[in-house]
Amino acid sequence: MIEAPDLSLAALAPLLFVFGAACVGVIVEAFWPRDTRHPVQLAVALVGALGALVCTLLLAGSGEITAGGALAVDGAGLFLQATVAGLGALSLLLFAERSLDPARSAFVVSAAVPAGSPRDRELLTVQRVQTEVYPLASFAIGGMMLFVAANDLLIMFVALEVLSLPLYLISGLARRRRLLSQEAAVKYFLLGAFASAFFLYGLALVYGATGSVRLADIRAANLAGGTDVLLVLGLALLIVGLLFKASVAPFHTWTPDVYQGAPTPVTAFMAACTKVAAFGAILRLLYVAFGTAEWTWRPLIYAVAIVSMVVGAVLGLTQTDLKRMLAYSSIAHAGFLLTGVIGLGAAGDGSGLAATMFYLLTYGLTTLGAFAVLTLVRDGDGEATHLSQWAGLASRSPLTAAVMTLFLLALAGIPLTAGFTGKFAVFRAAIGEGAWPLVLVAVLTSAVAAFFYLRVIVLMYFSSPARADSGRGPTVGVPGLPTTVVLAITATATLALGIVPGSVLDVAERAAIFVG
Amino acid sequence: MSDLPFLLLMIAVPAVGAAVVAALPKGRDLLAKQVSLGVSLVVLLLAVLTTVAFDTGGDRFQLTSSVTWIEEFGVSFALGVDGIALVMLLLVGVLVPVVIGASWQDELPGGRSMKAYFSWLLLLEAMMVGVFAATDVFLFYVFFEAMLVPMYFIIGSFGGPRRQYAAVKFFLYSLVGGLIMLAAVVGLFVVSNSQLGEGTFAFDALRQLDIDPGVQKLLFLGFFIAFAIKAPLVPFHTWLPDSGSEAPIGGSVLLVGVLDKVGTFGFLRYCLPLFPDASRFFAPFVLVLAVVGILYAALLAMGQSDMKRLVSYTSISHFGFIALGIFAFTTEAATGAVLYMVNHGIATGLLFLVVGMLIARGGSRQIGDYGGVAAKAPLLAGAFLLAGLASLALPGTNSFVSEFLVLIGSFPEEPVFTILATAGIILAALYILLMYQRTMHGPARGVLLQEDPAEPAPGTGGATAVLTAPRRSLRVLDLDRRELAVVTPLVALIIALGVYPQPLLDVIEPAVIATMDDLGGTDR
Repeated sequence: MIEAPDLSLAALAPLLFVFGAACVGVIVEAFWPRDTRHPVQLAVALVGALGALVCTLLLAGSGEITAGGALAVDGAGLFLQATVAGLGALSLLLFAERSLDPARSAFVVSAAVPAGSPRDRELLTVQRVQTEVYPLASFAIGGMMLFVAANDLLIMFVALEVLSLPLYLISGLARRRRLLSQEAAVKYFLLGAFASAFFLYGLALVYGATGSVRLADIRAANLAGGTDVLLVLGLALLIVGLLFKASVAPFHTWTPDVYQGAPTPVTAFMAACTKVAAFGAILRLLYVAFGTAEWTWRPLIYAVAIVSMVVGAVLGLTQTDLKRMLAYSSIAHAGFLLTGVIGLGAAGDGSGLAATMFYLLTYGLTTLGAFAVLTLVRDGDGEATHLSQWAGLASRSPLTAAVMTLFLLALAGIPLTAGFTGKFAVFRAAIGEGAWPLVLVAVLTSAVAAFFYLRVIVLMYFSSPARADSGRGPTVGVPGLPTTVVLAITATATLALGIVPGSVLDVAERAAIFVG
Repeated sequence: MSDLPFLLLMIAVPAVGAAVVAALPKGRDLLAKQVSLGVSLVVLLLAVLTTVAFDTGGDRFQLTSSVTWIEEFGVSFALGVDGIALVMLLLVGVLVPVVIGASWQDELPGGRSMKAYFSWLLLLEAMMVGVFAATDVFLFYVFFEAMLVPMYFIIGSFGGPRRQYAAVKFFLYSLVGGLIMLAAVVGLFVVSNSQLGEGTFAFDALRQLDIDPGVQKLLFLGFFIAFAIKAPLVPFHTWLPDSGSEAPIGGSVLLVGVLDKVGTFGFLRYCLPLFPDASRFFAPFVLVLAVVGILYAALLAMGQSDMKRLVSYTSISHFGFIALGIFAFTTEAATGAVLYMVNHGIATGLLFLVVGMLIARGGSRQIGDYGGVAAKAPLLAGAFLLAGLASLALPGTNSFVSEFLVLIGSFPEEPVFTILATAGIILAALYILLMYQRTMHGPARGVLLQEDPAEPAPGTGGATAVLTAPRRSLRVLDLDRRELAVVTPLVALIIALGVYPQPLLDVIEPAVIATMDDLGGTDR
């Protein structure tokens, strides 16, 4: 006789909303007439994401463990779920942009048609749009939200797969440069499968050591019998799996290729939401399961943080493609985020936790905005992402250049932008834990990274336009409503979180609680 | 009247002005200039009113105001001025309208709009005021870093041929320093958190901390490196000649006149009072850097053929004097150093302006491209000479008072360094007078030389016409009314402060004494 686990439906509401929307999306995809399917799918997906966002906000302040101990609905989990849902909704809007590409969408009409075949060329100009991306993205958002709430390694693994599989798919769906996109998808899938295997192996070892997959039980085992070798080995493998998803060097090699190849709205989605989800899981695993055995992970995270910051900043310098550059920026930022993870107090004062969560929010908003700007600048072959094509952009479209400058300054961490507030918060947490050498590395790599952000500003403002005489330079598309909304929200938030971050910091501070 | 939040207004007015100028429609360049000039004059007025409201015998920090800004970080939007900050605010107030006047006729190739330039200038002014008026270390840091952005655009968008390189170099050097300081700022917060029970950035509270010597040294270095890059001291100076020579003239004046003073201001305001033990520990090293800077930069200045680079190097040399005065730890020397900061802003500002006017006429920055200008443009030459003499601290000009105070104040404590530094004065006379002499006197030559309109040839002999070389002379206009209006205030200040510096000294001295008290007395 199997007992049904207790389910607190209210606490699960955010997840139910998103997964519900995803399932409805699948049905709509099957039965709704094609000519009106796009707005319906978009609406369903948005309702799912925004509904989840509202639910998490309503749940604020609750702290309980439900679903037979498999899910933790606590402050930190809800904050991160809300972040994922909000950023996910913004990404969906980017997916829905129809006025930039002459063929009305960033996604390929029929992914199964071989690239370059006559049928593919025929489809290139068809105005039909791909709508399967919406349920896929909803599943990914749901997986991410489950990921940050998982109180059980097995659920965490399931969530990892639920969020990853749709991402593998949609990163191969670019309408233009399809081979690049498909290559990215295959790479992502192969390496991601390895990472999942690592995670699963670690899970098995941890189970072998403690006899449980519950985070709380692992914590208890740590306290009771000391931490044995098997457990440490298991932890190491688990962390490898998670660091892969968070694109932390040295597990980053997929990032530039996938970010470059995937359709830009998908890249934005991955850069913003996957990062939040992966770090949510890292925080929960380290804090709840191994918070009492800090010596097991602290040196590892310390070293990996340094490697990630250095690799991201230094390799970012050599990039000539904006999407790749932002990919390396994302690797460097993963290092900064780990600086905040190091700031997790042993006493559980939560300053590092709150700082990391705040940083995730600011980074997600900023990077989403930056990728949204990338979708605007286009030439005949799709998006113009080569650096040289951005030369002199400011003289032709000052507003686009100004918005991009704001995002770049925020990524560089200049005061009065959200990036600075986030950086300050994680540095403060890390120095509070005595990790000032790490912070020193962080500030120096920030300066290195600033160079490549600045280079884009230099190109946009101080260079003369590329090939202006031949008239073949890129054009700046006029964004439709969805992208305009995304840009407005992300730019406003980037400024607001830099100038008056008080209330959001306060929310993060109060939400920085893990139950379990 | 005295209840008005002058300091807040001095930040808000130019910030709003910058937004207004930026929002003006295209093609309204004249209106943009007028608005900018008006706004900067209002700020000057506010600076004067602040000075009137300031009581030299009163509290250390006056006109204070404080509003909680980011509660979670313990940050307040706290403003207030002591005598040192006040004179810097006056300097900002005077220089910005002068710079706007001097940039009135600047043009960009291709007829692009200069509107953005004036907008950035006003934004820069707001941030410069903020950096001097902040009494919260976090707020100071925010202004310190944010100030880079307008200057970056001023150099990068409106500068000379190598502006991209100069702008990026400027930004990265300052950013590296700033980020290292950020680590120290956070460290300071953590120390205050452990000692006071609640983390704070308020300068007055941080001053009371008793920091462990080892930690103090690290934090001192964090602040010091940032300020040494900003000031700049040798060996952190290599960005300044590039930025100073590539920036548009107005940018150069503000960069060297005010922005770099944030470094020396930071030494006095933050390094000495917050980390007294570490300051004493590191003072000999700093003094070595200062004296090496004085001599080395002076020698480099002599070797320059580019006038703007030359003036930039002279500034590095002068910053050595200021650092010497600060780290000699006597009231006299430090007072001299603060006065030096003001005087250097005026004298070097004028020198840059005059050089800029000459460059505007000839289109070249090379000394070798000019000669004999004085004969045709006596006013220009006169202003050039006065600015030069003030730069080399001739008695009767403002810089003499401050340089003398620095040297006489440092001598009892640091005789060797002071004697070495004195040699810098001789070198200063050389590099300034050589530049003046080569460009202004001697035979007419260089880029301004033009053929006279052909005179009707006497007689019609074709052979003789070939033999007589065409007569050539300099085509150079003297200062026009706008340029005179720009130059006059600075000339007047150079002479006035050279003859009667007492009012400024009265304002500066109490603040310096308070700083020396924080350091634990002037005797070491």
